[in-house]
Amino acid sequence: MELTEKHREYWRKNVVLTTVLLVIWFVVTYIQGWYARELNEITFFGWPLSFYMSAQGSLIIYVLIIWFYARYMNKLDYEYNVHEEEES
Amino acid sequence: MSQAAGFSQRTFNQALKKYYSIYTGGFIAFIILLAIAEQLGLPRKAIGLTFLFATIGLYALIGIMSRTAEVAEYYVAGRRVPAFFNGMATAADWMSAASFIAMAGTLYLAGYDGLSFIMGWTGGYVLVAVFLAPYLRKFGQFTVPDFLGARYGGNIVRTIGVISAITASFVYVVAQIYGVGLITSRFTGLEFGVGVFVGLAGILVCSFLGGMRAVTWTQVAQYVILIIAYLIPIIWLGMKHLSNPVPHFGYGLVMQRLADVEKKIIADPKEAEVRKIAKSRSDAAAAALKSPEKSFADGKAALEKQLSDLKAANAPADQVAGAEKALAAYPKDIEEATKRWTADRGLAPHVAPLRKHAEAYPGKDEEARDVARRNFLGIVICMMFGTAALPHILMRYYTTPSVREARNSVFWTLFFICLLYTSAPVLAVLAKFDVYTNIVGIKHADIPGWLAAWRAVDPDLIRFTDINGDGILQAAEMRIGGDLIVLMTPELAGLPYVISGLVAAGGLAAALSTADGLLLTIANALSHDVYYKMIDPSASTKRRVTVAKALLLVVALVAAWVTSYKPGHILFLVGAAFSLAMSAFFPALVLGIFWKRANKWGAITGMVVGLGVCIYYMLVTYPFLRDVFGITRPIAEYMWFKMNPISAGVFGMPAGFITIVIVSLLTPAPDKETQDFIEHVRYPRLAGDIDTRAT
Repeated sequence: MELTEKHREYWRKNVVLTTVLLVIWFVVTYIQGWYARELNEITFFGWPLSFYMSAQGSLIIYVLIIWFYARYMNKLDYEYNVHEEEES
Repeated sequence: MSQAAGFSQRTFNQALKKYYSIYTGGFIAFIILLAIAEQLGLPRKAIGLTFLFATIGLYALIGIMSRTAEVAEYYVAGRRVPAFFNGMATAADWMSAASFIAMAGTLYLAGYDGLSFIMGWTGGYVLVAVFLAPYLRKFGQFTVPDFLGARYGGNIVRTIGVISAITASFVYVVAQIYGVGLITSRFTGLEFGVGVFVGLAGILVCSFLGGMRAVTWTQVAQYVILIIAYLIPIIWLGMKHLSNPVPHFGYGLVMQRLADVEKKIIADPKEAEVRKIAKSRSDAAAAALKSPEKSFADGKAALEKQLSDLKAANAPADQVAGAEKALAAYPKDIEEATKRWTADRGLAPHVAPLRKHAEAYPGKDEEARDVARRNFLGIVICMMFGTAALPHILMRYYTTPSVREARNSVFWTLFFICLLYTSAPVLAVLAKFDVYTNIVGIKHADIPGWLAAWRAVDPDLIRFTDINGDGILQAAEMRIGGDLIVLMTPELAGLPYVISGLVAAGGLAAALSTADGLLLTIANALSHDVYYKMIDPSASTKRRVTVAKALLLVVALVAAWVTSYKPGHILFLVGAAFSLAMSAFFPALVLGIFWKRANKWGAITGMVVGLGVCIYYMLVTYPFLRDVFGITRPIAEYMWFKMNPISAGVFGMPAGFITIVIVSLLTPAPDKETQDFIEHVRYPRLAGDIDTRAT
């Protein structure tokens, strides 16, 4: 099968989105964890900030990342006409 | 695809929603009925047994209703599991006995440093979502080795995949069956071995009859039970301490109060006294135990000399009497002395100072703190990439109706997992605050009966020793086992015993659902990848399902047999499964989709090197394995960056990546067919597409 320029663009957009989301994932996990002692000096509604992030905040961001990825890609499928046929 | 004529996905979804709503309502009614029965005098043991047999009976019923002899139904539940329900099933598949029972306890004991598991076991789904799930679904076969075999070609890759999948899953399933035995025996008083057997029956009735189809629908049911069981006690504790039924949003306040209580406990001179006594007694005992004969004789001689000295010096009568008493209390023989010293040496854990709950990476100096941080992040890395490489999780995304649904399904999976995982830190903080304010500081004689009852069940769960003899319970005089926190929460919150039974049922559901998924993965790797793909590709579908079922039975029995030896090191086993999976699978899978140049020889060498490095590091740094293989040089000489053996994957996975890249570049590029295959998995639909779906 031959790929059109449009197909390549679809894949490029997918790779860009994947990279951006992974950067966010990396920051809220590893950068945040690396500076945990410093961040814990900051209080966030009663929680030390890094404690809150590692216990709940980052988890919520993970869920949002996946939600956004699914939404964006499902739309992109239609935009580039690579979506699956509806199954009855 | 084997869909019945006229079958409509939409009607199916609606029917599912209806059935599971009725089921959830029915389960809540069942709890209420049992609660009423408890008030009327139903004994505790009967409640425990009712929960045990009612839930296992329920899973069996679903298993029988979903029995099947069709290949696609057996391996991938007919590929029509909607995203929402696949999310629930994957969440139950994912959350094991360790998540349900042990995690809150780990957080209680380790404070901030325990959060590595919380982040690691959730953040991995980001990798599943963007790197694997949609592409595996497009590929659309049955197992992870299937994908490797198709992408890289040839049976060598498939074989390495099968071996890795079986190793990682088997290590993990033993830990689950162990959990099943433990929960059953604790709540019903049945023996551990009997508990294992009962649990095994519960696992087999569903997976044996209906494979993935039965496992899927049972796991949804198990998720409902386990999440209800986990959240009810937390809601109650939230009402007790914060007047807030959703303490997730307000427990920052409790954390501040907890920090104040911790400061008070740390400043308490009585606590320091307990630790000092514990230290001197355990140090003396450890020294004495090095040469028991000599210590016994020396100790006795010293007392006798003291007595004769006092007598010779005509000391006052009370001093002589005191020395006589000390001599009389001295152990009669060496056995008794050794017993006493062993008990005293057991005081060593009481020496450690109280750990501040929110403090990250505590340590005596900058270097110790740095090592703690490195190991924290190492565990996060291993749990995350391990999540994205464990075959029993990845194959669940083969069961959705489409790529689109596979993407949505990862979202629902993490959503349902996070309901429990964001609650565990709340539970740990509330339970700790409750223990520090309501239990620490009371008289030893006033320790509540239910807490003493847990000690009777298993002394590893809780111990209290009046070390300084003042009759008051200091924080340092109490040792809590990690498993106790979730088990005791209903009683701590002042809930009736029926909720304790519910928590046990929840723990059982968590362990059974994971064991189901794992056993199926192992049996499928053998029946599909080894038998059908390599030994007899012309086997009839009926024969394939029969072989799969027979192998499932064999694998289950072998796993139960291994478990009956009560292997220790459960936490290490779980961690090892993640490190092994990530080292073997993650590089080959991800490069297989995202790098067209990756070829067969790269994958073969990469998987072997990744797995090899990971296993090597565990062998030379994990004490138990070192003993087995007779490695005697000090651990420190083998350690890389002072990483613990549980995180061996941080070395194995990069080694795998580098090897695949280098070897692929040194050998010829993959052929046109493979290139087409990669395009095929990258796009949900392509004009003139090849078809890789299995039948």
